[in-house]
Amino acid sequence: MSTIDPETIHDVEGVPVHSVHRHDVIIVGAGLAGMRAAVEASDEFDVAVLSKVFPTRSHSGGAQGGIAASLANEEEDHWEWHMFDTVKGSDYLGDQDAIEIMVKEAPVVVREFEHYGTPFSRTPEGRIAQRKFGGHTKDFGRGGPILRACYAADRTGHALLHNLYEVCIKKEVRFYPEFYALSLIIRDNVCRGLVAWDVINGGVHVFHAKAVMFGTGGYGKVFEITSNALANTGDGLSLVLRAGLPLEDMEFVQFHPTGLYLQGILVSEAARGEGGYIINDKGERFMERYAPDKMELAPRDLVSRSIQTEINEGRGIGGEAYVYCDLRHLGEDAIMKKLPQIHELAWKFLHVDCTKEPIPIQPTAHYSMGGIPTNKDAQVLADGKERPVEGFYAAGECACVSVHGGNRLGTNSLLEASLFGRRAGKSMVRFLRGTREFPELPADAAKLAIKEIERFLSADGGERVADIREDLQGKMTDECGIFRSAEKLEAMVKDLGELEKRFEKIKIDDRSNKFNSDLLEAIELGHMLEFSELIVAGALKREESRGAHSRTDFPKRDDEKWLKHTLAWKKGDEITFDYKPVIITRFQPKERTY
Amino acid sequence: MATITFKINRFNPDDERRGHFMQKYQVEAKKGDTILDCLNRIKWKQDGSLTFRRSCRSGICGSCAMTIDGVNNLACEVQVMALKRDTITVEPLRGYTVIKDLVVSLDPLVKGMLKVKPYMITKTPPPTDQERLQSPEEREKLDGLYECILCGSCTSSCPSFWADKEYIGPHAFLKAYRFVADTRDEAPREHLEPLDDKHGLWRCHTIFNCVEACPKDLNPTKAISELKKALVNDKF
Repeated sequence: MSTIDPETIHDVEGVPVHSVHRHDVIIVGAGLAGMRAAVEASDEFDVAVLSKVFPTRSHSGGAQGGIAASLANEEEDHWEWHMFDTVKGSDYLGDQDAIEIMVKEAPVVVREFEHYGTPFSRTPEGRIAQRKFGGHTKDFGRGGPILRACYAADRTGHALLHNLYEVCIKKEVRFYPEFYALSLIIRDNVCRGLVAWDVINGGVHVFHAKAVMFGTGGYGKVFEITSNALANTGDGLSLVLRAGLPLEDMEFVQFHPTGLYLQGILVSEAARGEGGYIINDKGERFMERYAPDKMELAPRDLVSRSIQTEINEGRGIGGEAYVYCDLRHLGEDAIMKKLPQIHELAWKFLHVDCTKEPIPIQPTAHYSMGGIPTNKDAQVLADGKERPVEGFYAAGECACVSVHGGNRLGTNSLLEASLFGRRAGKSMVRFLRGTREFPELPADAAKLAIKEIERFLSADGGERVADIREDLQGKMTDECGIFRSAEKLEAMVKDLGELEKRFEKIKIDDRSNKFNSDLLEAIELGHMLEFSELIVAGALKREESRGAHSRTDFPKRDDEKWLKHTLAWKKGDEITFDYKPVIITRFQPKERTY
Repeated sequence: MATITFKINRFNPDDERRGHFMQKYQVEAKKGDTILDCLNRIKWKQDGSLTFRRSCRSGICGSCAMTIDGVNNLACEVQVMALKRDTITVEPLRGYTVIKDLVVSLDPLVKGMLKVKPYMITKTPPPTDQERLQSPEEREKLDGLYECILCGSCTSSCPSFWADKEYIGPHAFLKAYRFVADTRDEAPREHLEPLDDKHGLWRCHTIFNCVEACPKDLNPTKAISELKKALVNDKF
């Protein structure tokens, strides 16, 4: 543990000296990525974790079905098989060097969780139990679905998240719960810390650090129907943009096939992994028309498009915008033992007893494949390609390594978050061992953040934040959702311009400092509008269909032109693009059928 | 559709002289709406200053625990129509210090938890390249224990906590028992000892409020009686 010498704490204009903190490592986000990194780095260094919500409220806890690893506890499996499935699932946009690291280290990471105390479900032999999940197969796709997803009933994310919090407590990691990051302090390509808002008491704080890590999560809340938490507003992404850094592959947004109708709340893929059917108004298991081989266990992009097509063509239940997920044939025992949370959610939110009735479901915005470009050691890349920003790291959903490419396989997200969180921790430890000095803290470090707070706290226009946000969500769903086209996306570009103009005229009801969630929602909306521009612009540029990005005007994948990653910057009102090649090692792109 | 009157117990920390007061809001609610949906609608359409915690809206994050018509629950899990009332009273969880409106300080919750060493303690190193073995029957003992979402409903409902803010609390007892019951934990005594305290286990008088209050249908009282048994066995 390094000691803090108050004499050397710098003055920051506009911030009282007791609100300037210093830690070797500052991590933003207390989900799986952030807390796993904290666990790794806290043995040697002084680590603090900042989170906009109390740590166990992080949305990693919403993950249900499992964490992928080729443990082969239930049947033969190999990391090479897992690698093939991930590459194919990504529609060949995933970087294969990063994927190889992930699938090889997966068993280590999962067993470590077990050693930490995660209450995994067990096989009769007492090993970690594994189940089937979409896109995970035997023998390089030649065999059927494989038992690879390690699970704790259907509360895997919750079990892992709470377990990591417990380990953080044991290791005495310092938490700043309910602190909201406002801006990064990066000068001359060196990250020096960040500025944050104390939600409970109000007030701007500065965190001076040798290393900063983002594990800030995804951005499902820009869509109307989403499985994401209200907190998932992608703040970290536009903080990175505002620091002049690029984002990668933002056009790739995953829609999960089974969200509870109208609520969007997740019905885990475990429902299908355990044998659930998806049926339309005619009672057909329509996946046989779209993925005759893997049926309901095809990857998410494909199943979501199939459901949406059924709905668009009038075969939703009673012609409405939903179909059924039917579990009844699994029997009450299996449902209550293996899918208890799904039973609870369907009952509490739709009053459907899924042992007796099918569950109304519709696709729901679920996961962002793109994000902050990093290398395999979780270092954020200043040019998006090679040159790291000194002392700045990212992992989990906010980052783009890229292991998921155009479409993530279920259970690879918990894996990626914890595995690359762990790598970020190790990477920071290596960096800190060679870094004795804190980087200089600029006196005007908090200037922009203070201005932003002041601007919002005095905002007195006529527009309500929620109205603009609702319009954004509705339009993003219609014009930048599961099916996209130039026409729709161009309309969305225009709509975003108008929404941004309205955003300049917002009004805040709550002008106080203490627990001002009205203020936070305004700041969040600013972030959402900002990075949505990149989702839409990237989607408009990419004239092909790949993974979750589906263009009705360009329905085919185009490897010749588009087997590459999008990098996008925002400079003033302009978006600039660059591209980088996909790293292909073992598996050459092939047509993707299931 | 129905018009529901929400009576909300509010508190503005910048206006302590006013103290707590009830404010009424009218909301149009339809079938399927939860209390959280309605609170959001008030905040988003009528009064942005109304303050409450919320995040996952699917009953797993534990943010939105509050007292709804006198009962502790998660706002995101309570269907408005199921209450069958045209006036619904919403208050902050009892027993905790109110920060603002429905937001309370969770410090006592964390403090209680820290006392029980809320993590697995092992003495022997784990097997290399393998998990520790645990039979399905042994694992089943953790069901009803590991699902806690730390929402604070149970401890807020407990008269022992009302009388003693240092009381460790049912949420922490449940956590302690989650490790005591785990065959992999090699130091149950380390979780048990802190409970043998004047702010500990013996202050539970089996009132069962915590069981009633838990939105996840967990049973802290049962965990407490198991812990009492374990402590007594350990002593005599």
